[in-house]
Amino acid sequence: MVDILFYVFGFVAVGGALGVVLAKSPVGSLLFMVTTLASMAGTFVLLEAHFLAAIQIIVYAGAIMVLFLFVIMLLNLGHDYERDLKGGVFSIISFATVGAMAGVLQRQFRGAALPDAITTGGASIDAALAEFGVVGAIAEPLYTTYVVAFEITGILLLVAIVGALVLAKRSPA
Amino acid sequence: MIAQALVLSAILFMIGTAGVLIRRNAIIMFLCIELQLNAVNLAFVAFSRLHGIEGQLFVFFVMTVAAAEAAVGLAIIISIFRHYETVNVDNFKLLRW
Amino acid sequence: MYASLAALLGQGGAPAAEGAAHFEPFFPGMIILLPLLGFVLNGLLAIRHGMASAVAVRAGGELDLDEGGRPATHTLPSLIGPGVMLLAFILTLVNFIRMLGAHLEEPVVISYWTWMSTGTFAVDAAIQLDQLSMIMMMVVTGVGFLIHVFSVGYMKEDAGYPRYFAYLNLFVFFMLTLVMGASYPLMFVGWEGVGLCSYLLIGFWFADREKSDAGKKAFIVNRIGDVGFLVAMFLLYKTFGTLDFVPLFHDAETLVYGGGLVTAITLFFFLGAAGKSAQMPLYVWLPDAMAGPTPVSALIHAATMVTAGVYLVARSSVYFALSPVASATVAGVGVLTALFAATIALKQNDIKKVLAYSTISQLGYMFVGVGVGAYAAGVFHLMTHAFFKALLFMGAGAVIHSMHKAYHTTHNHEDAQDMRNMGGLKKHMPITWITMWVATLAIAGIWPFAGFFSKDEIIWQIGAFGGAANAPYPALYTVYWIIALAAAMLTAFYMTRMMVMTFHGTNRTGEEEVKNLHEAPVVMWVPLAILAVLSLVGGWINVPPAIRESFLGLGPLTSEWLHHWLEPITAQAMHIQEANLGELSHSAPFGGGEVMWAIISTVLAMTVVFASVRFVGGQKVVPAKDSPEPAGFSKVLLNKYYVDEFYDRFIVQPIIRMSRFCWRVIDAGIIDGIVNGVGWTARGIGFVASMLQTGTVNTYAFILTVGVLVILGVSIF
Repeated sequence: MVDILFYVFGFVAVGGALGVVLAKSPVGSLLFMVTTLASMAGTFVLLEAHFLAAIQIIVYAGAIMVLFLFVIMLLNLGHDYERDLKGGVFSIISFATVGAMAGVLQRQFRGAALPDAITTGGASIDAALAEFGVVGAIAEPLYTTYVVAFEITGILLLVAIVGALVLAKRSPA
Repeated sequence: MIAQALVLSAILFMIGTAGVLIRRNAIIMFLCIELQLNAVNLAFVAFSRLHGIEGQLFVFFVMTVAAAEAAVGLAIIISIFRHYETVNVDNFKLLRW
Repeated sequence: MYASLAALLGQGGAPAAEGAAHFEPFFPGMIILLPLLGFVLNGLLAIRHGMASAVAVRAGGELDLDEGGRPATHTLPSLIGPGVMLLAFILTLVNFIRMLGAHLEEPVVISYWTWMSTGTFAVDAAIQLDQLSMIMMMVVTGVGFLIHVFSVGYMKEDAGYPRYFAYLNLFVFFMLTLVMGASYPLMFVGWEGVGLCSYLLIGFWFADREKSDAGKKAFIVNRIGDVGFLVAMFLLYKTFGTLDFVPLFHDAETLVYGGGLVTAITLFFFLGAAGKSAQMPLYVWLPDAMAGPTPVSALIHAATMVTAGVYLVARSSVYFALSPVASATVAGVGVLTALFAATIALKQNDIKKVLAYSTISQLGYMFVGVGVGAYAAGVFHLMTHAFFKALLFMGAGAVIHSMHKAYHTTHNHEDAQDMRNMGGLKKHMPITWITMWVATLAIAGIWPFAGFFSKDEIIWQIGAFGGAANAPYPALYTVYWIIALAAAMLTAFYMTRMMVMTFHGTNRTGEEEVKNLHEAPVVMWVPLAILAVLSLVGGWINVPPAIRESFLGLGPLTSEWLHHWLEPITAQAMHIQEANLGELSHSAPFGGGEVMWAIISTVLAMTVVFASVRFVGGQKVVPAKDSPEPAGFSKVLLNKYYVDEFYDRFIVQPIIRMSRFCWRVIDAGIIDGIVNGVGWTARGIGFVASMLQTGTVNTYAFILTVGVLVILGVSIF
């Protein structure tokens, strides 16, 4: 059952990704992206990362994509769009590069021995989940072992906010 | 499942790279970069099944940084748009020889 | 360093030979340093004068002259130039007198500092005081001093006066280095240095293209000979491992008599000597060198520099004695040059050119002397030649000076040096006339003047050497002997011709000019007089015993002093010669003793002189501008057998063409092309590479992706 669901989510994600790349309208691209994000959230759930799935929907699809939409609307790009894919030689070369990337990754995959079952790593996750609950499993190491990274991320967000404000401000006319 | 998740992550990453290379609209290029980040997040989560909770923690941070980066990047695109009246990257040629 | 400076300024020590009287040199280093000091001081004055006059001329003014018409800058060089020469001469005289009393057996070598020391090769800055170098030093400083004094008068009106004396002092410095050096490299330093000064002084009036070209010609032809000097030094070093005279000559007899190595060494040395002393085929620079001021011709091209070759052969006498082939070559080239130059001098019209060819001819005699083993005789002729040739040149200088002044007053542009414009000057310049006749009689070899004893000794020695018990090529030396006699007769003729055309007969200078022909000033004729006295008595110091005993020997006035004085130098060579050649002949090639031939040659020379006085005096000489072009063989002689043209066509022009090829094709084309090509290639690559900067983000993303792939690929595969 889980497998079937996984494949469904997988195909939807891939379809959405293709839609992002190939869609003509910017808003269309964006909506395809939201689809992809939603199916990714589903995949996260299947991989027992419940908190992350929730965060994905709330933050990524809910905030960041809305931000993108706001900007598209602000710049009035919703109308009168023409095809803006780069044509010609460059596309061919790009696809060739991506194909090369596929080759490299496939090579890597063949060499690695990936277990399909849950190992000790997964076991510790289950233990943490059982002990602290879904949110606590993430929160507990975040606020204890990795608190420094957490604080720095906070500062990063502050800087980003200030930067975005300054950059987007209209100069006094 | 982990292997399949990794394959899915690889496919999504490749699609995102192709998008960055092909698209001309700056905002959509940015969107494709977000797609790449997502693919990487999936890989992290898949590997966290093998190696522990740190994988998921890292995803948390990636999302945070992606948010910050999206904010700043879009602000830059807005200020560029103010000058060029377009977001077609083919017009941003100041760095050309 | 201070120790060596102190040694240079102070009295040198002397290695006392066992049992010999002690010779203590008296400030020998100062003898060399004083002319150098003169050069520095005069040079600084020249620079200052040059700057001041440049400023003055640029400001539109003239040079600053005092009442005597002499620029104020002339006083100091007039004192410094001859002054240092006088001091150097006095020091040399003191050392000479000391050496006279000391009966030196071994040379005194005073080493000041180590000049070069690399691996097994070491050369010191050292001077060697022995009989030969002392004679040369006396000639150089003595005659040099007289010429400096003469120059004070001759160059009085020249703007380059301080520069002239600076160069003259520098020349004396280098010449002294040449004759006092204790090793071949040091001698070579002096050798090159005198070549340099010759160039500077010949091209003294460098604004005239012809004159500066003459300077270049002298330097270049000298350099061709210098190759020989260098190769000989290399061979010597390879064989013996040292280039200092004392050890070299000590071991010289390890060389095989007549062997290939010693013949090669000596022939190469002779090549260098031929270049410096204007023998065939490298004599062509000397006539052109007459473009320089006349005192320069007197000093450099009569008395000192051109004798450097003879000094070299005399110094290397051991090696020449060991190689009969080389000695025969030296004598052959010398005697042929003597005849060749004498024939050219017969038809020259420029008074200085006659003297130039005369110099070449007399140098040939000196080389004949050292080529037949008569090293003392060769050096003796060098000394007497210095006296009478310097006198002749200075006298010619006085004549030219006077003619110039005369032409200057009437703004005539005729050639002041052309003998066809002179004539009858004995009325106007009596002192010059008398002194120059003394020199002419000396050079013609008439008893009892100096040239008689020296030239006669050489001619006699040719016969003696050729007729020796085991002489190598007796017939050849007979031919040499005949040629030498013929050249002596020619010498008498052309010199007399010169004197008659210049001083006798009617004056051809012109009505107006003749009123302005005056005798030379005191500062110019006093050196002439001193040299005239020396030309008379200078030969009395080396009269061989056979002649001394006859009435020609003038009784107690003469001695064989020079021959004995130079014995320690020539002993080794004489020993080798005796061992290999046996006893020298006592009669000339066609019979007759020394005294008989001496009388014959003097009588013949006097006959030639009288005959030519009548002959030339009887000829009608026309002033230069009206003279007809010579025809036939006269034309060939006047144009010096077209040797210069021959060299130009077959040597100089091909070299110029080759140089032009090397310049245009190889240097500018290929090498510059490669260098420029590298530049263009870099630019091209840069241009192509700059195409990467398209400015679009997609391109940069692409390259980023490719880079990531490459890194991944490398790490995986």
